[in-house]
Amino acid sequence: MRALLVEDDVELGNYLRKGLVEAGYIVDRAGDGEDALFMVTEQQFDVVIMDRMLPKLDGLSVLRTMRANGNDAPVLILSALADVDDRVAGLRAGGDDYLTKPFAFSELSARLEALLRRRRTSEKVTEFSVGDLEMNLLSREVKRQGQVIDLQPREFQLLEYLIRHADQVVTRTMLLENVWGYHFDPQTNVIDVHISRLRAKLDRGFDKPLLHTVRGAGYSLRTPVT
Amino acid sequence: MNRRSGRLATGHPWSAFIQSSTLRLALLYMLMFLVSVSLLLGFIYWSTAGYMSRQADATIETEIEGLAEQYRSRGLEGLASVMRERVARNPSGESLYLFASADYRALAGNLDRWPNAEPDEQGWITFPLRRAADASGARSTAGESEPGHLGRARVFALRGGLHLLVGRDIRELEEVRSLVLGAIAWGLALTAGLAALGGLTMSWRTAKRIESINETSREIMRGDLSQRVPTRGSGDDFDQLAENLNAMLERIQALMSGVREVSDNVAHDLKTPLARLRSRLEALHRALDAKEAEAVIVAGELHELSHGALNEADRLLSMFDAVLRIARIESGAQQLRRQEIDVSRVLHDVFELYEPVAEDRGLTLHFGVEGTLRANVDPELLFQAFGNVVENAIKYTPLGGQIMLAAQHDAHGIHVLVKDTGPGVPEADRERVFGRFHRLEASRSTPGNGLGLSLVAAIMAMHGGSTELEENQPTGLVVRLILPD
Repeated sequence: MRALLVEDDVELGNYLRKGLVEAGYIVDRAGDGEDALFMVTEQQFDVVIMDRMLPKLDGLSVLRTMRANGNDAPVLILSALADVDDRVAGLRAGGDDYLTKPFAFSELSARLEALLRRRRTSEKVTEFSVGDLEMNLLSREVKRQGQVIDLQPREFQLLEYLIRHADQVVTRTMLLENVWGYHFDPQTNVIDVHISRLRAKLDRGFDKPLLHTVRGAGYSLRTPVT
Repeated sequence: MNRRSGRLATGHPWSAFIQSSTLRLALLYMLMFLVSVSLLLGFIYWSTAGYMSRQADATIETEIEGLAEQYRSRGLEGLASVMRERVARNPSGESLYLFASADYRALAGNLDRWPNAEPDEQGWITFPLRRAADASGARSTAGESEPGHLGRARVFALRGGLHLLVGRDIRELEEVRSLVLGAIAWGLALTAGLAALGGLTMSWRTAKRIESINETSREIMRGDLSQRVPTRGSGDDFDQLAENLNAMLERIQALMSGVREVSDNVAHDLKTPLARLRSRLEALHRALDAKEAEAVIVAGELHELSHGALNEADRLLSMFDAVLRIARIESGAQQLRRQEIDVSRVLHDVFELYEPVAEDRGLTLHFGVEGTLRANVDPELLFQAFGNVVENAIKYTPLGGQIMLAAQHDAHGIHVLVKDTGPGVPEADRERVFGRFHRLEASRSTPGNGLGLSLVAAIMAMHGGSTELEENQPTGLVVRLILPD
């Protein structure tokens, strides 16, 4: 996976680069908007991580120019601006996801995974399976080892998101944004409680757990190793 | 306070008065007043003394016409006889006549000699009066000029180089004129004096009241915000100005003390996690040193310490986020993204998100919202506000408690109610819990940043609504969020 990291802060850039390389990415770097624009036009990247506030040319302008030239590489915007308005501006300019600084590296890496996965899997898929768990979006049926599991509507949506991102880490914020549709900052462990309810329904009575907690990052629905 | 601005702003009250616009106004007003009074008095003069002197001239003209008629019909002889007759008929000497030779020697009439005055174009002269001695003229002494007497006359040159003078004694007229002039002069002087006095007094008083406002502002600029502009209780425009300024100062002072309270709380609430963060990092550092020195791998401990440090950093960041968010909402920097939505849907989302949390803690969260509640609101922000209130209720309600999420529509708008069976908030503390970082002493030990309710209040205020705390029966708190229609 080739990733372009556009970040003008050297220290943060180095840290992110190190993390991305460890996660298996081939990383190229740009320190300002003009370089970034030059690099995305000259080369092919699987994913672009773009800081919003950059010297010479700001991130959103680079993004708009990219999209106007027909370049549809997935772009994740990094920004210190946290308002809904700023987020909307970023997504309108052609961004695929928006992450507010400061962030945990695990959050960034989970979101990159999700962006890359979105490329590979079509939205039109209606049947999923992870291990012995099957999910059908049309009949709204969930079965494990052929046994029907009865889920509440929200639990169903939660599982749908997890199963679409199976074998990836999904963070709490990603779940809040994508399953509940709200950007906000809960003071309590709301998501954990929902996950443990879902886990009780999915894993109780089966010897191999599917829904795992990734410490310090989030959750993951994983195919059990046989 | 820097010296220069202090000097510019301060000034002797007298020099301030000299420069004051009220003084200038008063002077201008005085000038206009004087001009109009002068015009009025001029008119009075013209219509009294002026009228009288015009009357005197008209009388002389009439007399000349009579004499001219005699002259035309009877010649010089006739003219002289009529003159004699008229002098005799006029013992008081009001009418003046003089018939003189070519070398201005008096021939007949009641003046003893031709007056030494240059006539104007129409032959009018004004002269000091000297009368001829005659049998009937007991009034006057021959040859002596009567002091103060003036004559007004018209002179003619007749055929054969003879001269004729017809006139009147205008002493009384002159007396009236000087009386009127005197009265006018006094009147003007008095008016000017009174106008000056009144103008100065008025502008001095105004300047003094403005100066008292200035004085207070200077005190405040020097840093004493407790100063207030004095009022006189008369309710006039200056009092209203002073009251408004005082109300403004009151508000500023409240805001300032709010800021002070916040910074005290920030110091406490941000420093505590920072201190913990620091001590964890320090411990981590020591553990790493120890690891190198003794080659004892304490992986679990390292993990524990770094995890704790990360948690503290996250707590700090979320606190900063919340503070910034409230500041942006309160300052109006964040715009509402209003949509026409059903508020009961947002409430249901909140209910659904928190219901498992409540159950987890041995509480029951009830959903008592029925029907639709349409409103033009920002769903994201409302979700955050409702969520915060429900979170608070979950946090403070003891095991086995009940939390009710309800809503109703009345004439004033939509009321969202979150009722719990927790300890409630004492009446005295109800205002304060909305303050930033304010946490009741009893709740210092529970997790939370003390920003929840300030954020709720800011979001509701931004929607034009309000947040009220009430008592739940028999125990607990009711948070009432009102969204106006």
